[in-house]
Amino acid sequence: MSLYGTNDEERTDLTKEESRFVRARSRRLLGSLLNPLKARLVLAVFLGIVSTAIRVAGPALIALGIDWALPRAVLGQYDYLWVVVIAYLSAAVATSLLTYYFLMLSARLAQTMLFDLRNRMFVHTQKLSVEFHERYTAGRVIARQTSDLESIAELLAGGLNELVIGGLFMILTAAALLLLDPISFLVLLGALIPLAILTRWFQIKTNRGYRKQRVASARLIQYFVETMTGIRAVKAFRKEKQNEKHFGGLVEDYRKHNAHLIQLFGIYDPGLIMIGNLTVAAVLLVGGFRVLDGSLGIGVLTAAILYAKRFFDPMEEIAIFYNSYQSASSALEKISGVLEEEPSVPEAENPTSVSQAQGNVRFDGVEFKYQSGPVVLKKFDLEIPAGQTIALVGTTGAGKSTLAKLISRFYDPSSGSVSLDGIDLRDISNTDLRREVVMVTQEAYLFSGTVAENIQLGRPGASMEDVVAAAKAVGAHEFISALPEGYDTDVNKRGGRVSAGQRQLISFARSFLANPAVLILDEATSSLDIPSERMVQRGLKTLLAGRTAVIIAHRLSTVAIADRVLVMEHGEIIEDGSPLRLAEGDGKFARLYRAWRDSLV
Amino acid sequence: MSTSNAGTIKTLLRLLPYARKALPRLILGIFAAIGAHMFALAIPQMLQDLVNSLVAGGISALYPAVGLILLLGTLEAGFVLLRRWLVLTPGTFVEASMRNSLYEKLQDLPVAFHDRWPSGQLLSRAVSDLGLLRRWLSFGLVLFTGNLITIIVGLVILFTFNFWLGLIFFVATIPIWIAGFLFEGKYKTVARLSQDQSGDLATRVEEAVHGVRVLKSFGRGSFAAAQFSDDASELRSTEMRKARTVANIWLYLILIPEVAVGLSMLAGVWLVAQGEVSVGTLVAFFATAMVLRWPTESLGFLLSFTLEAKTATERFFEVMDSVNEINDPADPKQVAEPRGLLEFENVEFRYPDAAPDAPALLRGVNLRIEPGESVALIGLTGCGKSTMTALTTRLHEVTSGSIKIDGVDIRDLTRGELRTLIAMAFEDATLFSSSVRDNVLLGNPNGTDADLTQALEIAQAQFAYELPQGLDTAIGEEGLSLSGGQRQRLALARAVAAKPKILVLDDPLSALDVDTEALVEDALRHVLKETTALIVAHRPSTVMLADKVALLEDGRITAFGTHQELLKTSAHYRYVITSLDEEQREREVNI
Repeated sequence: MSLYGTNDEERTDLTKEESRFVRARSRRLLGSLLNPLKARLVLAVFLGIVSTAIRVAGPALIALGIDWALPRAVLGQYDYLWVVVIAYLSAAVATSLLTYYFLMLSARLAQTMLFDLRNRMFVHTQKLSVEFHERYTAGRVIARQTSDLESIAELLAGGLNELVIGGLFMILTAAALLLLDPISFLVLLGALIPLAILTRWFQIKTNRGYRKQRVASARLIQYFVETMTGIRAVKAFRKEKQNEKHFGGLVEDYRKHNAHLIQLFGIYDPGLIMIGNLTVAAVLLVGGFRVLDGSLGIGVLTAAILYAKRFFDPMEEIAIFYNSYQSASSALEKISGVLEEEPSVPEAENPTSVSQAQGNVRFDGVEFKYQSGPVVLKKFDLEIPAGQTIALVGTTGAGKSTLAKLISRFYDPSSGSVSLDGIDLRDISNTDLRREVVMVTQEAYLFSGTVAENIQLGRPGASMEDVVAAAKAVGAHEFISALPEGYDTDVNKRGGRVSAGQRQLISFARSFLANPAVLILDEATSSLDIPSERMVQRGLKTLLAGRTAVIIAHRLSTVAIADRVLVMEHGEIIEDGSPLRLAEGDGKFARLYRAWRDSLV
Repeated sequence: MSTSNAGTIKTLLRLLPYARKALPRLILGIFAAIGAHMFALAIPQMLQDLVNSLVAGGISALYPAVGLILLLGTLEAGFVLLRRWLVLTPGTFVEASMRNSLYEKLQDLPVAFHDRWPSGQLLSRAVSDLGLLRRWLSFGLVLFTGNLITIIVGLVILFTFNFWLGLIFFVATIPIWIAGFLFEGKYKTVARLSQDQSGDLATRVEEAVHGVRVLKSFGRGSFAAAQFSDDASELRSTEMRKARTVANIWLYLILIPEVAVGLSMLAGVWLVAQGEVSVGTLVAFFATAMVLRWPTESLGFLLSFTLEAKTATERFFEVMDSVNEINDPADPKQVAEPRGLLEFENVEFRYPDAAPDAPALLRGVNLRIEPGESVALIGLTGCGKSTMTALTTRLHEVTSGSIKIDGVDIRDLTRGELRTLIAMAFEDATLFSSSVRDNVLLGNPNGTDADLTQALEIAQAQFAYELPQGLDTAIGEEGLSLSGGQRQRLALARAVAAKPKILVLDDPLSALDVDTEALVEDALRHVLKETTALIVAHRPSTVMLADKVALLEDGRITAFGTHQELLKTSAHYRYVITSLDEEQREREVNI
């Protein structure tokens, strides 16, 4: 069963069985996060128990003061009083210091878990296949790692120690009352019944509400991000009003879910107080009779009342943090869903090591189709000898990009195998594969940082000379030097302004620096102007020398440097040969070639 | 109070305009909170008489006292219910209205603002900061005010029991104030730091998700993860600093009241022994001190909550206070009968954050495009072509000079009107999460099915009919993902469907294959007959679409004429547009 991964992300009406499944998954995740911290967790709980126990002793000491020290004080003997007061003050110092250490320790625990979870999410989403990202959408992946993680952070940082201390406080208070006055304890025990009923009601009501609220918030985030990333088009097409209306609807939706939740809380909290006050009255009534018949001291009654009153004190805090607990646990449900999503392109378990690959690429009986979708690539065999430059030609949707993505293992074939130097790609470790096979796509994404850092992404740690050499080789040096701070220009500050062509040049330099055995260029030069493209093509001769290359380009100018052309149509390779031979024939390529040549003049 | 406190209050007061409608209920809520606490404080008063009568051995006082305590307890719960009912819903309305205002403001702010601000920072403001403010308004503000007043009233009550016992508690509050004050100073800084760092972390997440294909293809996932981990670890240290500050205030908030209780036990028992105070009063005194305990301890949490709310308010207003330099004119003109004459007059442009000594990107562009004429804009990568197209719809504003449509300066038009006259297709085709139909008819909401069909045909985007739900198929972020070429064709269809007087196309065919490109060009030619067009082009084939060519070089238009004319007269033009062609011919000979 897979819930909350790519499946049924927005469902809120889970069946009992599904709820149990989802909760078990969250627990597994929580367990695995806590496991390395066991020792410190035990210490924290111990500190919490001791400090709370000392605090709980307070009213008992007051009782002692009244019943034990007061009678002697009336006689002018203050020794007992001093004992009680000093005990009380020492307890005060001890409990506050212990609380301090408890808070520090639990903060460290919380931050360590959070740090671990953040990293896990980041690493895992990076590991998941492109197919996952396409189906799950960027907005959702971001929501999981930002707002969902924040609600967990809020619980861990602010609420969890309150919950723990509060819970301990209640248990120990009840225990103290049991020792002090069992009859009052029975009264308190009776109060637990309505308390449990009320709490269960609240839990059931809010559970579903929180799931809905998370979904509403994810939708909100998604729409927000889409607007801000597409702000140019929003403005140019006057989408503002329409957006405001739609976004307003999402905001209202979210507001309603929130309002509903806190209204439930608004009934729960006074309910708690009512139960608390009823209990105090009952303890008083039951105790009053006993004081009168002399079986109970006034001090003990005072302490019993204080205990009964204080027993319910943490409930309000717990209820406040129950809010963050609920929203954190539904966030955790979603996060655990993503974390248990298996990469559809899994890392090899016993990888065959590859170093210095030759670059021989082979397709054996390869077929590709999306999950339950139509066949994208029909079964085929293909051998690309090391060092050959292949041009893939064909209309949009013919399967060129899919073929390229199979070589770079963005996807695995549905059947058959793709191999590099005779080793199935599935048996090569990711690190090795990515070193040997690099794909450059049309959408040349730049990360925040300097131009140099963006190029260095191709080979972290590369020297500045190497970076400049790579830029020169692909013809990017000139425009980079002209930027305000040259290679140190922050692309984020000018991100909107580095033109699409310039982005492609930077990403080209990046792949040049990476120096792979197999290079795949998927429309990598589409936005370049002619002089830049010519520079790139000159660079390509150097770049492609001694390595295997697969080039997808709509412009046939690139084809000229290819050793071999594959023409694709409807998921099949329909022509295969040298550009010269194909151009002279009367196939599709020949026709395309003539059309292109005409377009030049 | 101190200046820094005034700063906090002053900042939070800025929420007033948004909270105005909710204010009456919030204030009533504070009263309800105080009322509830008052009933809670009254319960020990009952205890006083009861205990005294119990000590005296009288049963008569027990029933009325228990009944009264029950009544007070019910009233307390009732007032808490009232408080909740009063304050909870208004908070959500304030949050929603602030969120909508922020969104509106962000949509209004110019592109230059968005270039400067990572969207993660904007997102964290719109989501977490506003959520925090809502919680603060409905819990923090009400409880903070209510608890403070309760503590003061409670202190007064303690004084009425006995002056000396009251004094002990009163003196004990002084170190609490000092601790609170010190705490505020420290916590403020670290809370702000933490909020900013989580914004940065959100940006890292966003980039890694949007750039996942690049990271994958270079196998740099672990490299990015290491960077992310560094940032996350910084956030962790900040959070630990925050935790230390909080643990510190807790230390005092627990220690001081406990010490006060201990001392008052000493004094209280002594006073009872002296006969100054009755046992009932002493019991009531301790019970009152217990009632005050939660309000006192909660101060730490409420204070940090308030400071976080302050930071969130600041961050919200950082965006809201940003000045939008690209506004609608006070007295907008209209183009009475738009013909589509587009003129650039001495247009200069430099990016606002460009180095002051750097030359302007555009340095006196003069270009006149007659109604119905189409002009291809040619120039080297990065020479300012795309910027020039962005200026026409005021996505950026000219630094000096002017752009006119039919003789009217575009700054004298409303942005809505301007963007109705001009439709654009961008280099990177942005589509939105909705159906194909809505995406294409975005610029022409009243467009008919015929307009839609025609636009799809011109852009050769008939593939849309074959999508799973045809033209109603959801695309964009939330829907089906399309290829670059498909997206580009839909974006082109969108520009065409807007039926503008002026079309501005930024390299509109770059992702298309040769066959499709030829078909699109044929179809576009008909549209361009009647429409003024400015087309950024990189290739001869696209240039052929236009009547004239303008060459952008060193920030100016250095040549203007037909393709053939420029081929003859301009060496730079030949360099930009034809050199590959020649090289290609050479190679052809080789083939």
